[in-house]
Formats: sequence, structure tokens, C-alpha cells
Amino acid sequence: MKLTVQDLNSHYGPAHILFDIGFEVGEGEVVALLGRNGAGKSTTFRSIVGLVAQRSGRIMFEGKDVSAKPTHEIVREGLGYVPEERRIFTDLTVEENLEVGRQPKRPNAPHWTREKLFSLFPNLGEMKNRPGGRMSGGEQQMLTIARTLMGNPSLVLLDEPSEGLSPKIVEQMVDAILTMKKEGVSIVVSEQNLHFARLISDRAYIIERGRICFGGTMAELDARPDIRDAHLSL
Amino acid sequence: MAFYVVQFLTGLASAASLFLVASGLSIIFGVTRIVNFAHGAFYMIGAYIAFTLTERLSGAFGFWGSIVLAALAVALIGVIVEMVLLRRIYHAPELFQLLATFGLTLMVEDLVVLIWGPDDLVGRRAPGFKGAIDFFGQNIPSYDLFLIVLGPVVLGILWLLFQRTRWGVLVRAATQDRDMVAALGVNQKWLFTSVFAVGVFLAALGGALQIPRDAVHHAMDLRIIVEVFVVVVIGGLGSIVGAFVAAVLVSELNAFGILIFPKISIILVFLVMAVVLIVRPWGLFGKPEAAARKTPGLTVNPWRPLTSNERLASLAALVIAAMLPLFAGNYALTVGSEIAIFVIFAVSLHFLMSVGGLASFGHAAYFGLGAYGIAFLAKMAGLPMIVCLLLGPLLGCLGAAVFGFFAVQLSGVYFAMLTLAFAQIVWSIAFQWVSVTGGDNGILGLWPSSWAASPSHFYWLALGVAALVMIALRAMVFSPFGYALRATRDSLLRSEAIGIDAKRIQWTAFVIAGTTAGIGGALFAYLKGSVFPDNLGISLSVDALVMVLLGGVETVSGAVIGAIVYKALNIWLVSQTDLSKLVLGGFIMLIVVVFPKGIVGMLEMLAQRRRKSSPPGSPLLAKPIESAE
Repeated sequence: MKLTVQDLNSHYGPAHILFDIGFEVGEGEVVALLGRNGAGKSTTFRSIVGLVAQRSGRIMFEGKDVSAKPTHEIVREGLGYVPEERRIFTDLTVEENLEVGRQPKRPNAPHWTREKLFSLFPNLGEMKNRPGGRMSGGEQQMLTIARTLMGNPSLVLLDEPSEGLSPKIVEQMVDAILTMKKEGVSIVVSEQNLHFARLISDRAYIIERGRICFGGTMAELDARPDIRDAHLSL
Repeated sequence: MAFYVVQFLTGLASAASLFLVASGLSIIFGVTRIVNFAHGAFYMIGAYIAFTLTERLSGAFGFWGSIVLAALAVALIGVIVEMVLLRRIYHAPELFQLLATFGLTLMVEDLVVLIWGPDDLVGRRAPGFKGAIDFFGQNIPSYDLFLIVLGPVVLGILWLLFQRTRWGVLVRAATQDRDMVAALGVNQKWLFTSVFAVGVFLAALGGALQIPRDAVHHAMDLRIIVEVFVVVVIGGLGSIVGAFVAAVLVSELNAFGILIFPKISIILVFLVMAVVLIVRPWGLFGKPEAAARKTPGLTVNPWRPLTSNERLASLAALVIAAMLPLFAGNYALTVGSEIAIFVIFAVSLHFLMSVGGLASFGHAAYFGLGAYGIAFLAKMAGLPMIVCLLLGPLLGCLGAAVFGFFAVQLSGVYFAMLTLAFAQIVWSIAFQWVSVTGGDNGILGLWPSSWAASPSHFYWLALGVAALVMIALRAMVFSPFGYALRATRDSLLRSEAIGIDAKRIQWTAFVIAGTTAGIGGALFAYLKGSVFPDNLGISLSVDALVMVLLGGVETVSGAVIGAIVYKALNIWLVSQTDLSKLVLGGFIMLIVVVFPKGIVGMLEMLAQRRRKSSPPGSPLLAKPIESAE
């Protein structure tokens, strides 16, 4: 397994957010983490990369337990994270944003260069020197993915990449994610949009109130409309 | 005309060092969000080490080599400080960081005297820049010209460093979003350490470059840090270009202020700063930004009024305190009076800081104004003591009303720096306006009327006033005004959204706190029989902060305990050692790192843990409210 999460529990102060979360991602797989607003998708991702201080559980990445490591070391193992809020450095240009994400080549992961990323996201190539603060939401979403890819990750946690984007940009996003998959990057993508998830994912988990309540292939999910209707708002 | 040109050039030359130190402070703040009070201390150590290296070892490294080596050595000290001290407190409220670095400053002040002695040291001139250049009959030292060129050169180098290197890009990214930088695989720890090293290097270089111009002495740290605060506030915290422009502006104001308004030269700069802050609160080149971290208050346990048992216990404590004259001698009673006065002072700051969330770094200004109020009324108007005691604190009230109006427009570190600057203005007036205030000699011969003259009577007076002040302020905490004030502390936006006029509430709190401090100052003037500029100096302001922190900034009544413990310790320490600043500085750092919740906060936590472990009760209510940061 590429990534195995076991018994993940997280707290914000006195509030218990995640309860015994567990899921797996295979080599080269795209797995969707589905759930409503506030179900715990973002907290799950933030906990995996160590941005939530109070958490317990086991996070095995490429056979190594990374749960005790600080954020930057987890990321340097090749586990990339794309936050939901995008968190572009608004004062930095597109090229400088990419520079912050740059990490050395990794033997077991595809190597991304600026040029390769600019061909994946042609819009970015046309605005290399534009400050991040003066980009549209869609452009920022592309930049935040490209920035994480500059770290040559073997697995990427993609938090709601389709949120707030126009249908045309969403199509580009689907293409980009499929290209990443073809290059050999494993992906966990959190989504509220089942339609979008179906276009890219091999398997799906459903999270509700901080607990995983379903796991299976997309076909298995489609065979259970009751689960879909109970836990996902369409 | 030539004279003015020369004056202008002198100003530019002074700007160089100021810019170096200020840019260092700005860079450190930008990334770590720490306002490094010890920056002046690093500047001073830079000058001292450069002095030693150029005097003793100039053969080995040459003059210029010694200067650079000195700055590098201090940068290394900075790295150690960052790794040992600051890494532990990055997540603490910003106030704690200011205090910890202030503690460091205190220690350094004693240490340099231990190592280099108390006398001024005059360094040698820079080789190649010993002479002066004639400019229409006026002399310009060639070293000044060197400094004038150096400023823009350093600015250019810094610009290249931040725009053209990977390190610079990472630093700029971290300035905006530290967590995201970590989430992209960058080790924040080393980024912070390197940033701190660069900032300290700049400060030390600024100090080292001063030795051909000025004598090296052990008070140069406070002088520069106040100027540097002014520079970064005017220029905008975090902006290097802003630091440069503001350094030039401040230096020119100093250079021409002395010519045009010799009496108010010190104040002129602060006036400009106040104007800038009102027009652009984030400085000329800064960016408006949300407060990075909340001042104390967010992690407090819910406050409640005293139970009737606790009231009885407090009353009993007061009665016991009132019985002190029955068995204690005159010295103990004088100490007791002083402690009671400092309880008033600490409680007044606590009201502003813990209840209002406004950490003032210049609260002594209002204490001292109260004291000077007494001096004016008693010495010049010849009024009796009881009238003076009633009217004297009004000077503190007036000062707080004027300065508070401007100060509450800001928050967080800017508020702290502005209050510090205001206190320095008041101090400068007291120091410079000799004809009215007596300057450094102060005003002597203020003695209480016969009814309060004996130590026991004065002690009862001080104790009684302290008790009244405590009761009044506590009642205010649990009044509608107190609720509104706490609402502005916890969330300014939300409180305004429910119709609270936040600025007016905060201003009122500032005036109340200032007036109360003035009451303490008024009593203090009578206790000591004299008033000096030190009564409104920085170190007194910091004393008050330490008392509040020591007691526990998140508690309702910690300040009382903090004042008693700290003042008693302080009086004892001064009688025991010459190195009181060294011990005190270490003590402050210890509190910040080991006991961030203070004495009363610790006790409350222990009591709560016991309560939680015995009956199941309601777990939600027993748990502290924490912010989901």
C-alpha cells in the first residue's frame, strides 16, 4: 500500500473532530474521500500532514510510520498536500510560488519541471511574473497544484480541487488530475461533487461526522443509492 | 546654506546605522512575528565586541575585518538565543515574546558592565576615513560620507537577497504563511534561525560601525531600541524599504529638530510617528494585516465573581495585612506601603491588559504623571495632602485620555510600541524641561501631612486605597462595561457587530487604567518624598508587566499576588546583589518559558485538575475554552 491510515483521531481544543479514521491508497490509485461540508475531509488531510497538533493514530506512508514526524519531513518523504483554501503566496509571482515548492528529484516519483507544469497548466505559463494575489480562483487552483507537484510527490492529498470553479476550469482540472495519475502519482481527492469524483477516482470512501462510513469501488458505491443519498448531498 | 547641507549629510550618516538595526528588526518580525526587544542589546554587544577586536586584535584582522567579525560573532550569539529561548515561545502570545527578549536585554546590560566596565569607551577611527572634507568652509567627516554610501548599498544587497535567492523567496513566503511553507517541505526551524541570524547580524553591524563616531556605553541599547521602534512603526513592520525611508526621515528630524526646536527635539520624532500611525496605522510601506495571534485572553477559564467564602477569605487577608503595624517596624511598614502602591499599579495594568486585551508597554507614564501631579500641586500650589491626593491622579487621567485616544486605534504589537513611545515622550519632557520638572534632579521635599506622616498611618492609607481600587476594578470586570470590554478583547469584529462601540470602550478602559495608575503614583510620591523622571521610565513599565505576568495574565486577581511577590523579591534582591538586572532578566525569561500562566494561573490549573479528577461533573464546563487556531 502507498498510504495506510489507521485509527486517526484528531481534536481542536476540547472538540473531538475525527473518530478512528482508517483508509488505504494503493500504488498509482486515485481515491476519493467524499462527504458533506464539515464532515472532516479537510481535517483528515491536515492531520495526515501534521498540521493538526492534537492527533493520534498510525499513518504509514510507503511502509514507514510518519505520524511522529513534523510537517516538513512528512512532505519531504514525498507526500504532497494541496490545501482547500489554496493558500497561494499572494506577494510572490507564479514562478516564485513554484520555487517555494521545489524539492529534489525522487527516484520513485515522476519529476516535474517548470516547463512540464506550464504545459500541464498552459494558463500559468502565460503569467509567470504575475503576483499570486492578482490571479483568478481557477488560476490559483492550478498554481497551488503545480506548486505541490514541484516537490515531486509520489502521492498527493488534493483538498476539494473543484470547489468554486467554473465548469470549464473543472474540465481542465479533470484532465490535469488524469495526467498526474498517468505519470504515476497516487492521489487522494476530497470532494463533495460526486460527479467530479466519478470522473477521476478508482475507489471512494465516505466520511460523515468524522467517521468513515463507507469504502469501496465507484461501482459498489453506485450500487448503493441508499448510502449515497444518506451521506452525500447532491 | 552650506551649514544646512552639512547638517543634512550628518543626518543621512546617522540614518545608516539606524537603518541597519531597523531592517534587522523588521526582517525578524516579518517571519517569526517576534518583536525583538533585545535588538538594541545585540546592537550594543556588536559595538563592544568591535571595540575590543579593533583595539586588541586589529593587527590580526585589520579594522574592517574586526567590524565584520564582531557582527558575525554577535549573529552566532543570536543563533544560540533563537535556538535556546525563542524556539520555545514561538506559539506564545506576542506579549510573552516581547517580555522574554526584554529580560534578555536586562541581562545583557549587566553583563556588558561586568565584562567591559561602566565607563564610556572611545573607539579608534576607521583607517582611510580619518579626515574631513571641506565643504564651503564646513567640515564633513569622511567617515560620514562612507556611511551615507553604505546605507543604500546595504539596502540594495538586501533587496537582491530577498528577490534573487531561493532563501529570500522562502523568507518572503514564510512572512505570509508559515504553515504553508512547512506543508511544502521547508524546515521552518532553520528558516527562522537563519532569519534571526541575519537580523542580528545587521543590528550588530550597525553597532560596530558606530564606534568611530560615538563612544560605546552600556545604555546605548535602550536609546537605539526606542528609535528603532519609531522607525519600523513609521516605515511599516516587515518592510525593508520602509525601514530605510523612515530611518532617513527620523535622522533628519533629529538633525534639524535640534536646530529649529531645541527644546522639543526628542518629542518631534514621536509626534511624526503619532501622525503616521493615525493616518496609516500599518506604517508608510507596511501592509494592513490581521493580528497574527491573539493577546492573552483567549485561553482563559471562564471568570466568575468571588463566592461568599472567598469574599470572607479576602476580607480576612485584608484584616491580617492591616494588623502589620502591631508587630512590624518602620522599615517593614515602608516596604509594605510600597508593595500596596505597586499592587494598585499592577492591578491598573491588569485591567487594561487582561480584561481589555491591550498590553501597554508604557503604563508607567500614568503612574509617573500622577506622581508629578502631586509634585506640582504640593510644591507649586501649596495645596494640602488630601486635596493633592484627590487632584494629582487627574494628571495621569489627562495623559491617559490624550495618549489612549491614539493608542486604542491600534492593537497588538503596534499598540505596545505606541504606548512605549508615548511613555518615552513623557519621560523626555520630564527629563528635558528642567525649569518645570527639575529634570534629572527631580522635585524633592514632598512630605505627607501630619495625619499620614507616621509609617503606620501611611501604610494604612496605602492599604486602604489599594483595597478600594481592587474592589472597584473587580466590580467593573463583572459589570456590563466589563462584559463589553471583554467582548472587544475576544473578538473586536463580533463585538462591533452587536453594537458595541469598541474604540470608545477601549479608550474608557485606558483612561480608567491610567487614572488608577496615577493614584498609585500619587501615593508613591508621598512615600518617597520626591519625584524623578525614572518614575515614568521604561523599566517601571516593565516592572508592571512582569507583576501581571507573574501573577497570571489570564486570571482576575493574579496581579495582586504578582505585585506582592515581585516587589518583595525585587526589594530583597537589590539589597543583596549589584547584579539585580541580571537576576531579574533571568527571572523574567524563566517565568515566560516555564510558568507562562503565572502563580495564580498555576494554582487555578491545579485546583481544576483536582476538581476534574474527583467528581465526574460536567466535563464541558470544566474544560478550558481554547481557540481552534
